[in-house]
Amino acid sequence: MKSAKAKRRWKDRGLSGIVWLSGGISAAILLVIIGYIIISGIPHLSVSFLQGILPMVANTLFIIFISLLLCIPLGIFTAIYLNEYAKPGRMVRTIRFAVDCLAGIPSIIFGLFGMLLFNKFLGFSYSMLSGGLTLTIMILPTMIRTVEEALKSVPQSFREASLALGATKLRTIRKTVLPSCLTGITTGIILAIGRIVGETAALIFTAGTVNGMAFSTSVSDQFGLLESGRTLAVHMYLIAKESVSMDEAYATALVLIVITLVINGAAGLISKRQKKFD
Amino acid sequence: MNNMNPNVKISVKNLNLFYGNFQALKEINMSIQKNKITAFIGPSGCGKSTFLKTLNRMNDLVEGCKISGEILMDGVDIYNNYDILDLRKRVGMVFQKPNPFPMSIYDNIAYGPRTHGIRKRKELDEIVETSLRQASVWDDVKDRLNSNALALSGGQQQRICIARAIAVKPEVLLMDEPTSALDPISTLKIEDLITELKKNYTIAIVTHNMQQASRVSDYTAFFLLGELVEFNETIKIFTIPENKKTEDYITGRFG
Amino acid sequence: MNSRTLQRISAETAKWIFRAASIFSVLALLLITVFLIAYGAPAIFEIGPKEFLLGTQWQPNAKIFGILPMILASIYITLGAALIGFPLGLLTAVFLAEVAPPRLANLVRPLIKLLAGIPSVVCGFFGLMVLVPRIMDIQGAGNSMLAAMIILGIMILPTVVSISETALRAVPSSYKEASYALGESRISTIFRVTIPAAKSGILTSFALGAGRAIGEATAVALVAGNKVQIPSSIFDSVRTLTTNCVFEMGYASGLHQRALFATAVILFILIILINIALSVLGNKEEKHE
Repeated sequence: MKSAKAKRRWKDRGLSGIVWLSGGISAAILLVIIGYIIISGIPHLSVSFLQGILPMVANTLFIIFISLLLCIPLGIFTAIYLNEYAKPGRMVRTIRFAVDCLAGIPSIIFGLFGMLLFNKFLGFSYSMLSGGLTLTIMILPTMIRTVEEALKSVPQSFREASLALGATKLRTIRKTVLPSCLTGITTGIILAIGRIVGETAALIFTAGTVNGMAFSTSVSDQFGLLESGRTLAVHMYLIAKESVSMDEAYATALVLIVITLVINGAAGLISKRQKKFD
Repeated sequence: MNNMNPNVKISVKNLNLFYGNFQALKEINMSIQKNKITAFIGPSGCGKSTFLKTLNRMNDLVEGCKISGEILMDGVDIYNNYDILDLRKRVGMVFQKPNPFPMSIYDNIAYGPRTHGIRKRKELDEIVETSLRQASVWDDVKDRLNSNALALSGGQQQRICIARAIAVKPEVLLMDEPTSALDPISTLKIEDLITELKKNYTIAIVTHNMQQASRVSDYTAFFLLGELVEFNETIKIFTIPENKKTEDYITGRFG
Repeated sequence: MNSRTLQRISAETAKWIFRAASIFSVLALLLITVFLIAYGAPAIFEIGPKEFLLGTQWQPNAKIFGILPMILASIYITLGAALIGFPLGLLTAVFLAEVAPPRLANLVRPLIKLLAGIPSVVCGFFGLMVLVPRIMDIQGAGNSMLAAMIILGIMILPTVVSISETALRAVPSSYKEASYALGESRISTIFRVTIPAAKSGILTSFALGAGRAIGEATAVALVAGNKVQIPSSIFDSVRTLTTNCVFEMGYASGLHQRALFATAVILFILIILINIALSVLGNKEEKHE
């Protein structure tokens, strides 16, 4: 009897130990990755390096701009439709199924699809426009979901109060619902930016890999919309893969990690503010 | 057939309401008098809140809600081709829990007028002040009109909501248990305010609290299981009820 | 026209805009499916389904396109990643939801979230610089299935952890209390009651994790090597379905290019199978409630 008890106690301790160990390993993995990238990246940072990656940074910003320009309204409108207008039924189920599927499609597939539709079929060739449009579709599910979460967090009583004053549904959404979930929407946008910054596979065959700044101030060049250019993450992939310059790869990885940290920090801070508001 | 008795604001005829297959209101007939306070009482789930919400068609928002019969306001059926936005402008509503918008006090009050096309700052200023005065909360908040309405106490918030409702100059005010989330002192203040408001508005109030009904209302309607059991002057309902069920309820034998 | 009519018209227009926007997602999914299949599927028949799916040689110049080695490599690597990521992820979720003091959990949780935000190219680079040399010390060239398994195992952690944790937290405390009342300890209650009760959510997290692993391209391209061969050991250099597309799409044309799209079709089908499994699991859960 006593030995059975003792055995059970040892078993419990063993299980506890495994759980604690797993939590520790998971946390340690992240710290090791970030620590390694930062420590080995810093010595390779230099002014000339930073100047060198400026075109890629500009391309990244360009792609972010194009993607968000379409993705923000599409995401917000879809979320509004699903949460505020749609009645449960086949239509909503179909839309949700599509959004779930899109969220599960790997980025390489988006890249190949973008290449077929935008580069070839629509004739945009390797360009900022092709890359931006491809990423619009890719990040749309994330955007829809975060905005929907935010809409759900707005108390129903706000909507009722506005409707009872004789406001239309549209006015209720514009003046009451959306202002109440601005922080949620902002978080969604920041997370989307994070994904665009880190994306590679969907861009290699759409925006292309030209080493230079695509953006141009000239209207006759359509501001460089139809120019090809690599983003920072694509640049990182190419130099690491071809082993062009490991120094530069280390430094670029550092820059990407820092951007990731900033974006995650910002998203965290903002969603904390949201909680306080409620 | 139009009941054009000038003292009747709303008259309800043979009203039935269904949620899907469930009948929530059965053959309701009632005349709500102008510039009087009419209280709806009854146990939870008796249909009193549902009935209140038919008067500004908030039930339209509920999935699967169907209505038969008529509700006439000033002799016009509000369910027959009636502009719902106009209806809600004419019939204001105050909710169970204070629900100010998460914006400044000023913007809360100005929300309705702006909705109905008033844009001039001067005009809005005037409306905000008179509405807040009518809701007897002006002195409490006049120095901080630009601060967030959510920072106020519950009682103040509810008076802001009343001010918000009257800022669109409605003719009727619906109140759905407006004091159920408030402390006794705030409750009494709101009751005083309601009595004050009847000079200008026709008021219908749902309440759980029978003392409240007897204190503030001129007429009382007792609902049970979706039926209007008794409707009469408040004094009569609380002193010589005609129906046994009404008597049982107001004397606290059930409910 | 009065302002009321105007309001009504704009409200109606807006509703149609919202609806149109929401149909965009459906349209996008349809377009992706149609374009991939229209471009890739004919190639499968041109090559011959059997030669394509079961062929072991990939020689574009000789017009030999067999992708069996890549299918197997993708599946093996996903299984390996699952072997690492599922138990570690689940136990970490248990740690966060049930075992760790709340303050510690609140410290660790953002770290896991942050891991989800690290670009896959950076994870791949970490694998290339840190894992590959270590593996090389043991055996082979270092670029190997093993390296890909470990990196993907890490990359699917956040998905597994966050969805499993939500599922574990959703288990009613009455279940646990019943178990305590029977004299079960805290930790064994977790394993005997809480985890089985959260099963469908946990399986969902596994399915999503597997989907992420099988579809990852960049990180795998950096660490798995590039040899078209049926893998016989975890130290083998391999090419997967995704890296096949990444490596050759840039310069391929004609049948070669279409064969690459056909590769993507196969990948797409594998992902859809995982998604269907996922929605079946989801439906089961709804019925359960």
